[in-house]
Amino acid sequence: MTTKRIIPCLDIRDSKVVKGTNFEGIREVCDPVELAALYSEAGADELVFYDITASFEGRKLFTDILKRVASRIFVPLTVGGGINTVEDFDRVLNAGADKVSVNSGALRNPDLIGYAAQKYGDQCVVLSMDVKRDPDGRFAVYSKGGRERTLREAVQWAREGQERGAGEIVVNSIDTDGVKRGFDLEMLRAISEAVTIPVIASGGAGCIEDFTTLFKTLPRVDAGLAASIFHFGEVSILDLKKQLRAAGIEMRL
Amino acid sequence: MIAIINYGVGNLFSLKSSLAYLGLNTVVTADPAVIEAADRIILPGVGAFADAKAKLEATGLVPLIKAEAESGKPLLGICLGMQMLFDQSLEYGSHEGLGLIHGTVSPITADLQTGLKVPHMGWNALHFTRPDDPLFRYIKEGDHVYYVHSFYAKDCAADTIATSEYGVTITGAVGKGKIYGTQFHPEKSGKVGLAILSAFAEL
Repeated sequence: MTTKRIIPCLDIRDSKVVKGTNFEGIREVCDPVELAALYSEAGADELVFYDITASFEGRKLFTDILKRVASRIFVPLTVGGGINTVEDFDRVLNAGADKVSVNSGALRNPDLIGYAAQKYGDQCVVLSMDVKRDPDGRFAVYSKGGRERTLREAVQWAREGQERGAGEIVVNSIDTDGVKRGFDLEMLRAISEAVTIPVIASGGAGCIEDFTTLFKTLPRVDAGLAASIFHFGEVSILDLKKQLRAAGIEMRL
Repeated sequence: MIAIINYGVGNLFSLKSSLAYLGLNTVVTADPAVIEAADRIILPGVGAFADAKAKLEATGLVPLIKAEAESGKPLLGICLGMQMLFDQSLEYGSHEGLGLIHGTVSPITADLQTGLKVPHMGWNALHFTRPDDPLFRYIKEGDHVYYVHSFYAKDCAADTIATSEYGVTITGAVGKGKIYGTQFHPEKSGKVGLAILSAFAEL
């Protein structure tokens, strides 16, 4: 069987890795190529690179960083941020990406998912969504890096994304992002039960037990994604994977 | 020198980079003279079988690749490149392959019992059916490799050297003389993948 995946996420701004709390208070961490190499060495199953300012300022991804990473690191790479057209897919795929993550671009133009899936295959298209609860508990999808509430509801949007040809869905809970008290199990349950494609959980991991709880509680979730706990060395990827395997969860070591 | 066959299918960035990382010389080419002069050949590929086969035929290289492989030059087909080594593929119709390895490429869904997801995508453990094969000299039983595919080779037990389990037994790697194929992507399989490419370069 395929293993559950542990995926460090590197948010890139001005060629540096950054990590904030609730998308605010962004602070700089370090060189993305070095960090990616370190993670790969430690057993990361995949790496995600987001250009976090791209959708806000229309900035293009730093494809040279991507090329440098892809020349040194030989695990699957997913790239997101500022992906608005099929040409954007071409640009990052030619720089070494294996999958491309669409977020605001797909909210603006949902046809992008289908066009890209047709051209590159479903496995290449990742639908990433930033989700925050409304006061009444409804899961609202946000665009532009969590800055703008849309009228879409997350479970519906996930279903639509799958129908349009997305091969995977990343669910990032704005409510738990950076808070480090565990993944948003309620939100993840609702979405993972609504689709058959792999769901990647993001936002809220604070310790190893959060990942154990995620995979034990929600067996339909395929991967756990996190940033700051790995960047700041609070959780070592190798220790995490060893403990998950010891807990009976299939892991690549 | 390793010749990577260029027939306009797929992204060769990672494959080139991984071989360069290992200090191996590569050339991405569709030039018959370059392919003849190379020590070994890699046939990459992603996408649909029929489309890829048509593009490969259009290069006019098929007779040369077959002749080189049959004369003992090491050949490695990766993913769809591996599937093209077989007699035929049943991906949306019936299409003839290169016939270098006996077997048929079939849809995973047709044989899958449970509600597993297709494509078979992700890291899966490799189980050797020919443990002493030189392609595996630097890796061990149970090491994980990275797969992304919806079709798989079957009826090829004689040449299967490793498998993975995904509801059905997936043909992970085949070997016949120095003709090899991997359904998984060694160029995306971390250290294990690099070790397989190293072993191929030493065949």
